[in-house]
Amino acid sequence: MVNRRSFARAFVAAGALAFAAGALVPVPAQAAKPLKIGFSMALTGGLAGAGKAALIAMEIWRDDVNKRGGLLGRPVEFVYYDDATQPAKVPGIYTKLLNVDKVDLVVSSYGTNEIAPAMPIVMRKKLVFPSLFGLAVNDEFKYDRYFQIMPAGPEPKTDWSKGFFELAAEQKPKPKTVAIVAADSEFTINAAVGARKNAKAAGFIVVYDKTYPMSTTDYTPIVRAIEAEKPDLVFVASYPPQSVGMVKAAREVGLKAKMFGGAMVGLQFAAIQKNLGPQLNNIINYDFWVPEPTLNFPGVKEFLAKYQEAAKGKGVDPYGHYLPPYAYAYLQVLEQAVNATKGFDQGKLAAYMHQATFKTVVGDVKFAKNGEWAKSRVLMVQFRDVQPNNLEQFAGPGKRIVLYPKAWKSGDIVYPFNQ
Amino acid sequence: MDLFVNAIVAGILLGAFYASVSVGLSITFGQLDIVNIAHPAFVIVGSYIAWILNSRYGLDPVLVGILAAPIFFVVGVLIYRIYYLAFERTGQESLSGLAFFFGVMFIIEVVLILVYGVDYRLVSAGYLGKNIDLGFVGLPLRLVVPFVVASVMTAAVWFYLSRTFTGRAILAVAQDRLALQLMGADPVKIKQFAFGLAIATTSIAGALLIIIGPVEPSLGRVYIGRAFAIVVLGGMGSIPGMVIAALLIGVVESFVSSFAGPSWAPAVAFGALLITLAVRPSGLFGRT
Amino acid sequence: MFRNRGDVVFWIVLGAVLLAGFAVTQTIANEYYYTAIYAILQATIMAVAWNILGGFTGYVNFGSAAFFAIGAYTAVALDKWLGLPLPLLIAASAAVCGLMGLGVGYLTLRLKGVYFAIATLAMAIVLETFINNWDYVGAAKGVYILTPEKVPFFSSYIQMLFMVMLVLTLGSIAISRYLNASRIGRGLAAIRDDELAAECAGVPTLRLKLVSTTVMGAMMGVAGAPYPFFVTFVDPISAFNLFVAVNAIAMPMIGGTAHWIGPVVGALLIGGAQEAITVTISSELNVLVVGIMLVLFITLAPQGIVGLVQKWTKRRKA
Repeated sequence: MVNRRSFARAFVAAGALAFAAGALVPVPAQAAKPLKIGFSMALTGGLAGAGKAALIAMEIWRDDVNKRGGLLGRPVEFVYYDDATQPAKVPGIYTKLLNVDKVDLVVSSYGTNEIAPAMPIVMRKKLVFPSLFGLAVNDEFKYDRYFQIMPAGPEPKTDWSKGFFELAAEQKPKPKTVAIVAADSEFTINAAVGARKNAKAAGFIVVYDKTYPMSTTDYTPIVRAIEAEKPDLVFVASYPPQSVGMVKAAREVGLKAKMFGGAMVGLQFAAIQKNLGPQLNNIINYDFWVPEPTLNFPGVKEFLAKYQEAAKGKGVDPYGHYLPPYAYAYLQVLEQAVNATKGFDQGKLAAYMHQATFKTVVGDVKFAKNGEWAKSRVLMVQFRDVQPNNLEQFAGPGKRIVLYPKAWKSGDIVYPFNQ
Repeated sequence: MDLFVNAIVAGILLGAFYASVSVGLSITFGQLDIVNIAHPAFVIVGSYIAWILNSRYGLDPVLVGILAAPIFFVVGVLIYRIYYLAFERTGQESLSGLAFFFGVMFIIEVVLILVYGVDYRLVSAGYLGKNIDLGFVGLPLRLVVPFVVASVMTAAVWFYLSRTFTGRAILAVAQDRLALQLMGADPVKIKQFAFGLAIATTSIAGALLIIIGPVEPSLGRVYIGRAFAIVVLGGMGSIPGMVIAALLIGVVESFVSSFAGPSWAPAVAFGALLITLAVRPSGLFGRT
Repeated sequence: MFRNRGDVVFWIVLGAVLLAGFAVTQTIANEYYYTAIYAILQATIMAVAWNILGGFTGYVNFGSAAFFAIGAYTAVALDKWLGLPLPLLIAASAAVCGLMGLGVGYLTLRLKGVYFAIATLAMAIVLETFINNWDYVGAAKGVYILTPEKVPFFSSYIQMLFMVMLVLTLGSIAISRYLNASRIGRGLAAIRDDELAAECAGVPTLRLKLVSTTVMGAMMGVAGAPYPFFVTFVDPISAFNLFVAVNAIAMPMIGGTAHWIGPVVGALLIGGAQEAITVTISSELNVLVVGIMLVLFITLAPQGIVGLVQKWTKRRKA
């Protein structure tokens, strides 16, 4: 008869048998333990367009590395979560990555707002923190293991617009007045702060200096107010929808400035370039990589081909000239550092990353003491000969001429802008 | 002087567009007391429909907006049916409806992201980039076309509501449901029709939005405050009031942008709303 | 305080939770749980606060994000100016936002129902614009708050924040429960059901409404005060964001607005779900799940979860 006691005995016996059986079965040889790299990324929300493109680039790097046998023999795995462009989510994500998922290395999310909340967490654990495009985050934290792949350095806030004002100062007759207009948001205001400094240093008089709310629909009144001051130069710091609005309004109003552009995010994106078409001509704006012959770094064309294939149908920028090469490069930096120090000691990695020059798809990368680039390479690019309704023209050279820095120059300036 | 005149003109052009976004809400919220916070999200859907047909087949966005309106109408009717069965029939309205429509708004946003991705979308049309210059006053067609279409649509809706039987029934159902039933109209069917009409307007408003500037899935959130503020400022249930409120907000924003500092535009616009509500709690033309 | 057995049970449970929380900080070092629970606690305070005006008194506040953000920015400003310790910053935020609530209370004299709701929304936008232009707290550029490496009693800063938040949350729940069950709560319910009739019956409506709005304001300010220290970088766009406002309304609605425990249930459920989804599904589907949860819960349980439970228990008794 089966009663509770006999059932219990049988249960224990069965359990012991199972355990013994398991101990006898030979365990297959363990594959090399995967190397986990953890991060948060903006896959939804305002910065998602760039965040998703960056993720595609990072996954290409991961696949490339794994094809070569992984990092120090270990296959690379990503552990990532969507921070939805909300800074409040970042501390939770990074504490999970480090304390629960136990990742081996961390990299940052995209954008100042999403990088800053992670800083105290990585600083407490003394981790190397390669960062993807945040403006002057380390000015506050002064962390010696922070490495920023955005090529604006070592003084990011002023280096951003230096080229614009240096080019302006070279023109004859020298322009006198400048209008500065920026969106009410972290990056754009910082760019405007730098612009003010550069303008003053170059001897320009600021005749208009205002900001506008991110929710603005129509930029016509703003452009008219700027035109009323008759500035020689117009420096704009804006996000994609606002950049489109400003360019369209400037053309409709017939802005008579001699130079227009500056820190307009969005003019680097294929869909916007195609839509604005000839309205872009002669605008001088920042960029980080364009398909000009002077920027043909080893590996970049192959990478872009892989990216463009992977990006099909994903609803992101089809060409990927802006952020993806840098998203690939900052992992290359990490990879080369790991290979050089032959390990994952964060202190050794940081020391190496501070003194080495890395060869990446965006050229040579060297960091300054504060983790920014040792030498700024924010390009000032001028749009030329842009044809209407043509996406393919932006795939190759000739439409975005590099004017600054001189080392990467691919053509001469067309000045004034409104011919 | 010409900055002054241009500011007024720009404000009126923009205000008319704001009216096109708000007219549907004026019906659902102003007259039917349904807190449809997802209204701007529907406008974004309209923008995307306009974009996809414009980029694939080169159709003019306004045309797309008008052609798609009947489909939006049907969708509106369906959504109202769900809303009615869940809330109005049981008498729970207002607050629960608000949470319901928040949910609808998020679902719409995510579906747009999943289908179209998060990249900004823009349209191209022959008249974009062209100007009409009357002396020192500049009229960019990018804003004039939405102005004209918005004005026609708003006028058509107002005409319909004040002249036709169904239209008047819509105005009546909010004021006196029982009387309406006694007049031989089914309140539920009337409200259903009204909601469908309101959502149909979002199809056109969306087309206008993407003519003015680029669109991405979460852009609707920026218009929630504006649209509700305009409906309340104008007075619940009054379409002419809503139009005046929309023009007022457009002109105030334009003036502050031109003369004071664009950064203060929202404070002035919504501050004006607060002052109006303090002085005249039911809005400019509201039924007290 | 200890009027009946229910009170005794409540305070025992509260004390137990507090002690358990402290015990956990001394034993478990894994920072992730503290960051996740911090977010849920913040949402709970906001939900409880909103419900005092929204659920108990019947006035819908659309501008919850403004109270939260002003609480956060008050803490930032005083930290920059005087370097006060966290408890004083929280007290200051409570005072400032309580005053704000008082002002909003006077608004209810003129505006009812949906007009009041829109007015709170307008107020939030006006305040956001002011902060956008106030350079001392960073304006639109945002401001960094550096947190110390070591804190007394706790092995990490986030544990200290968690304890602080736990105390604040339990305090808010206690206050909400007191308001719900007391004479004040009955007065508020009378206002919610029919303000005119309540006036006629002698209920001091203005005074009660002012109590309601001031308490709500102070509570939301308290929820916002530690936020800059949690997130290290504050800018108006993230402080005044839509999700804070939506959650403050959705959580009490889903939990049940009539009873003090409703917002707590709603916040734990929705907040917990949001935190779990962030680190599992983690993509566009996050927002989709929130949206579907909202729609489903509201449609199937319009009186909230508490209402559903009350219906079941009534049915079982019958």
